[in-house]
Amino acid sequence: MLGFLSFIPRAVGQGIPLLFGCTGEIVTEKSGNLNLGIPGVMYVGAISGVIGSFFYENSLNGRPLNGFLAITIPLLCSLLGSFLMGMLYCFLTVTLRANQNVTGLAMTTFGVGFGNFFGGSLIKLSNLDVPTIALSKTSAFFSATLPFASKAGWFGQIFLSYGFLAYLGIATALVVAFILKKTRIGLHLRAVGESPTTADAAGINVTKYKYVSTVAGCMIAGLGGLYYVMDYASGVWSNDAFGDRGWLAIALVIFTIWKADIGILASVLFGGLYILYLYIPTGMAHMELKELYKMIPYIVTLVVLIITSMRNRREDQPPASLGLNYFREDR
Amino acid sequence: MDKKIREPLFHLVKRDNLPRSKRVLIRMGAIVLALLLCALLTALTTGINPIEVFGSIVSGAFGSTRKMWITFQDLSVLLLISLALTPAFTMRFWNIGGEGQVLVGGLATAACMICLEGKVPSAVIIILSVISSVLAGALWGFIPAVCKARWNTNETLMTLMMNYIATQLVSFFIIVWEVPKGSGKIGIINQNSHAGWMPSLFGSKYMLCIAVSLAVMIFLYIYLRYSKHGYEIQVVGESENTARYVGIKVSKVIIRTMLLSGALCGLAGLLLVGSINHTITTTIAGGQGFTAVLVSWMAKFNPFTMIFSAFLIIFMKRGAGEIATTFGLNQSFADILTGMILFFIIGCEFFINYRIKRSEKHESKGEEAC
Repeated sequence: MLGFLSFIPRAVGQGIPLLFGCTGEIVTEKSGNLNLGIPGVMYVGAISGVIGSFFYENSLNGRPLNGFLAITIPLLCSLLGSFLMGMLYCFLTVTLRANQNVTGLAMTTFGVGFGNFFGGSLIKLSNLDVPTIALSKTSAFFSATLPFASKAGWFGQIFLSYGFLAYLGIATALVVAFILKKTRIGLHLRAVGESPTTADAAGINVTKYKYVSTVAGCMIAGLGGLYYVMDYASGVWSNDAFGDRGWLAIALVIFTIWKADIGILASVLFGGLYILYLYIPTGMAHMELKELYKMIPYIVTLVVLIITSMRNRREDQPPASLGLNYFREDR
Repeated sequence: MDKKIREPLFHLVKRDNLPRSKRVLIRMGAIVLALLLCALLTALTTGINPIEVFGSIVSGAFGSTRKMWITFQDLSVLLLISLALTPAFTMRFWNIGGEGQVLVGGLATAACMICLEGKVPSAVIIILSVISSVLAGALWGFIPAVCKARWNTNETLMTLMMNYIATQLVSFFIIVWEVPKGSGKIGIINQNSHAGWMPSLFGSKYMLCIAVSLAVMIFLYIYLRYSKHGYEIQVVGESENTARYVGIKVSKVIIRTMLLSGALCGLAGLLLVGSINHTITTTIAGGQGFTAVLVSWMAKFNPFTMIFSAFLIIFMKRGAGEIATTFGLNQSFADILTGMILFFIIGCEFFINYRIKRSEKHESKGEEAC
């Protein structure tokens, strides 16, 4: 039986990708765009970072990495990759007013395919003589903790044992919560999501708000993919390893009733549920039960979905125009 | 007012009804553009001549008799799942749980085949697996439908979660039934006795799927177009308030339609397990539950047009698979190409629904047209 002390850091490790995805999707949905392409965007964010640091590591031929570049290159590549995906989604749904569900699903097909294709074929395409994509050196920079973290006992283990992206994720969620709740930009953004017609009449540039928030949301979500591969998976890319976390992140948005600060605790909770099956003793004779325990996060999501819809409180509702495109001349 | 009002050069106008020929032309144009881009991309990654790319795609899909049959079989399965989702989409119920509904249908079939082997005749197993798979799929559609009808629960996320529950359920039973113990897979079920295997039709083992999906296609066309149920589905899809006003019981329509949708998905699961693979894995649906959403949408929910959209997807998938195999690339190459084609098709709808008009210069600062 593994202890509670080791459970928390692992739950947080699982939770951070969900947190990034959830924060990104909250920003997106507040503008009235339901981006079902987030799972694809997270894959693209992850693989773009991997491609960047793969070429950087291999261009050095075994010389030690420059710490600054080792972090900046994958970070910028990842942001660029998810930026482009965000622009694509916005172009199709905001400018061309395409159906958001369909566009999102197509982006997921494309993004997951993109990730798995380059993950599986990068070595072949680049003609480099390496056996696998294992970016352990880059990963060491991403998962570096504060030097005194390991000496700080249980406090260090629970609060200080993560790489910088984890803290960035929490900071992003807090900043997003602040912007949405307290600033004028946040007010305008919420207005766009609730009623674009009213916002338009009030002189708010609906198209601009939709573009900026959706693209920013995608870039935040993409970082979740980067965190997963660089920190959690120690720089090793394996196809489909990221799994369904993107979809869970979208479900988390409803769980947190569109509040980014609640997302921090909720994603750690979900991260815990995700690995709970490792901590429930089954005995060797009944390994099949583990598969049933893996259902827990999905069943919890399902129950939460049903309960929030049953309570049907006004302040817990999604943005009123969520999933609908805005065309000024419509009525 | 001396502040200069900048007028946009263009503005958009909604189109009412573009003639059918023009609509088809715009879509074909988008597909051709997308294919050209795909060829360019393939040429860049593999270094083969772009014209050869199309040759490889065609030979991947139709290179031999066997390849051709498999293409048609894949086509019929995807068509069946797309058809299954269509009634739900027509009433604007975003059922993206096709994957899970197919899986539980397959699981029910596998359960009948494994648990009843040798106890009852093969024909009885087949009948029982048909019934149980249809019921299982219907149940998986029923749960989100009831929640939607009663509490207006978000169906997209709910059906999505049901997918994962189905996946875990399948992997649970795989470990329960695994042969040999500890291998983590089932292998071919009833390899020697062939008990519960679906019969072949017209002397070909591929024909059954094709026949079933064609039958479902005709049934759905009539059901959606000419039956009272179909009419009710259309009205609920257009506006729930209108439906309520004319006395249609919306919750009943939602539940009934999702039962049908889930049952047809279960049927697809039956074919996948009982007729095609004779085994069950967690990936037996292979993401087709999601692809089917796109296929159904591309066809504008018309059962007959769906053949073409499903064909386009399968054709590209088989073709890109061939290219990937030849060049030692990853099989996900097909997903990238499919994604790009989809983006073009999604984008081209804009030119069907809207017209770009050059704005006329407003000399007077009269009332703004709105």
